Amino acid sequence: MAQPVIEVRGVVNRFGRQVVHDGLDLEVRAGEVFSIVGGSGSGKSVLLRTMLGLQEPAAGSVRIEGREVAHQPDQALLAVKRRYGVMFQRGALFSSLTVAQNIELPIREHFPVTRELAAELALLRLYMVGLDVEAAPKYPAQLSGGMTKRVALARALALDPAILFLDEPTSGLDPISAAAFDELVLELQRSLGLTVVMITHDLDTIFRVSNRVGVIVDGRMIAGTVEEIVASGHPWIREYFHGERSRAIRGEARTDG
Amino acid sequence: MPFELTDEGTRQRVRLLGRWTVAEAATQGPGLDAVQAQAGRDVLLDAAGLETLDLTGAWLLRTLEGRLAASGARVDWRPARPGLIEFIDRTMAGGKPPPPSDDEPLSLVTGTLHGVGRATVLAKQGVVDTLGFVGLLTLGFGRALSSVRRLRLPSVVRHAYETGLTAVPIVSLIAFLIAVIVAYIGAQQLRKFGGEIFVVDLVTVSVLRELGVLLTAIIVAGRSGSAFAAEIGAMKLNEEVDALRAMGMDPYEVLVLPRVLGLVIALPALTVLADAMGLAGGALLSWYLIDIPFNQYVERVQGSISEFTFWVGIIKAPVFAVLIAAVGTLRGMQVRTSSRELGRLTTVAVVQSIFLVILADALFAVLFMELDI
Repeated sequence: MAQPVIEVRGVVNRFGRQVVHDGLDLEVRAGEVFSIVGGSGSGKSVLLRTMLGLQEPAAGSVRIEGREVAHQPDQALLAVKRRYGVMFQRGALFSSLTVAQNIELPIREHFPVTRELAAELALLRLYMVGLDVEAAPKYPAQLSGGMTKRVALARALALDPAILFLDEPTSGLDPISAAAFDELVLELQRSLGLTVVMITHDLDTIFRVSNRVGVIVDGRMIAGTVEEIVASGHPWIREYFHGERSRAIRGEARTDG
Repeated sequence: MPFELTDEGTRQRVRLLGRWTVAEAATQGPGLDAVQAQAGRDVLLDAAGLETLDLTGAWLLRTLEGRLAASGARVDWRPARPGLIEFIDRTMAGGKPPPPSDDEPLSLVTGTLHGVGRATVLAKQGVVDTLGFVGLLTLGFGRALSSVRRLRLPSVVRHAYETGLTAVPIVSLIAFLIAVIVAYIGAQQLRKFGGEIFVVDLVTVSVLRELGVLLTAIIVAGRSGSAFAAEIGAMKLNEEVDALRAMGMDPYEVLVLPRVLGLVIALPALTVLADAMGLAGGALLSWYLIDIPFNQYVERVQGSISEFTFWVGIIKAPVFAVLIAAVGTLRGMQVRTSSRELGRLTTVAVVQSIFLVILADALFAVLFMELDI
């Protein structure tokens, strides 16, 4: 089997006495869309930060494309960081820069391209996420929630990443915009051959977009295809996928009626 | 971005080689200008030797393609047009082309008029904002007087503590050092006239009337004026101020008034401390430089001041406090959209409150001169 793109082995994270991850393993394969779910406080964001190299795990290793991320000097991490793009939950757009400048920033920081080329490449990213040139001169404060998400995605794509991390990409969007965003992610993932790792609570997104799902329970990860996870016997997972809301989304008949 | 240009009779062949990515685009430059359309000749783009192509490379090739087609050449691909270029085609289809930029440079006259007009509108807005703020503050204060609960005493005490007690070390130190400097320079100058004893008068009067309160106000403007603007500005950005409003609480009553009142308590107290530390500095230097023992120094201080000297200084403290707190909170409330505004308005708050303090001090000096005290 080909080497996994992301390989997390035995990661332990704890804050004071609270153990968040207790020997968590995770593998993400090239070209798949992997969704991470888990209850509030189960450590989804901590796991994401650990994979990004923003948080040092107490133990264990994280490898992205075979390169170790945990406990590495910043300089060594740079090569890894150019391979992934991150879309943060609330966008994390730089409020003092325009939309176009937000997207140009990583390009011009890492590559001394000309001003014109950087502007063209930023514009291309805007078109890729379904926006157009009218958005370019706006400041983040002038954007709606859906546009903020799209601009954040455009910035995550600025460096032609091989891996895309999305933190709750559809949270705060209306169902129509959320569905459109799912389609956008799928389209980009197929066209550019991206590997996508996302944290999400949106069951629609999980069923529509994911190839595989990983559930964080008790500090460990249970991963499998969507069908495998839905069929899992773990009580929390059963509750998550077979609760009222989930059944309604999957169109199952209510069994208690 | 390596390529080879070969001439094949009726067509030019461009063999693309190696890596075509953003890294190469940056370090080597596209260099594609060498490929020019020639009359009646096709161009064959040969991608067989292409190792890596990313969006940047694809974008540059697509631009080249467009340029060649525009000048009339037929462009063929071998073995096939790269998928990424097709993807960009799909992406850009339906999108609007960039509009021609419409910022024509203004002529000297229109430009100047524009500037003057904009500055006038902004200045008017500033005056209206300030008046509105003063009005709301007064109203809030009036309402707060109607019931003790609305004064929010715990909050007032917290701000008095944060702006007052925590500033004690720095205010003491600076008042002491400034008095030492004044005494030192005074002694040097007055020695020429044999009037060294007047060093005591110099230090006492300048510290009590001016330096004590002015220095304290400037330190507090730097510490607390900026803190007020930053705290309230961050709350505005985080929609906390809107949350207060939505819960039926008046942000002026909850956020602004306690800060103003807290500082009105803290600043006079700090001024008394600064006065004391200044006199202590004077005592030390008088003993060290001109051998005046402590009890004689105290007598001399008593003799040099009138009944008003201390009060002339201390009466200014609450006025300065209101100025500093009002400017800090007003600027905080003006933060609307971005973190950059927060930084700018915090700076404005500090600069403006120091300016207003000094201006008010000058007005006080004129007033007291007219009153002959």
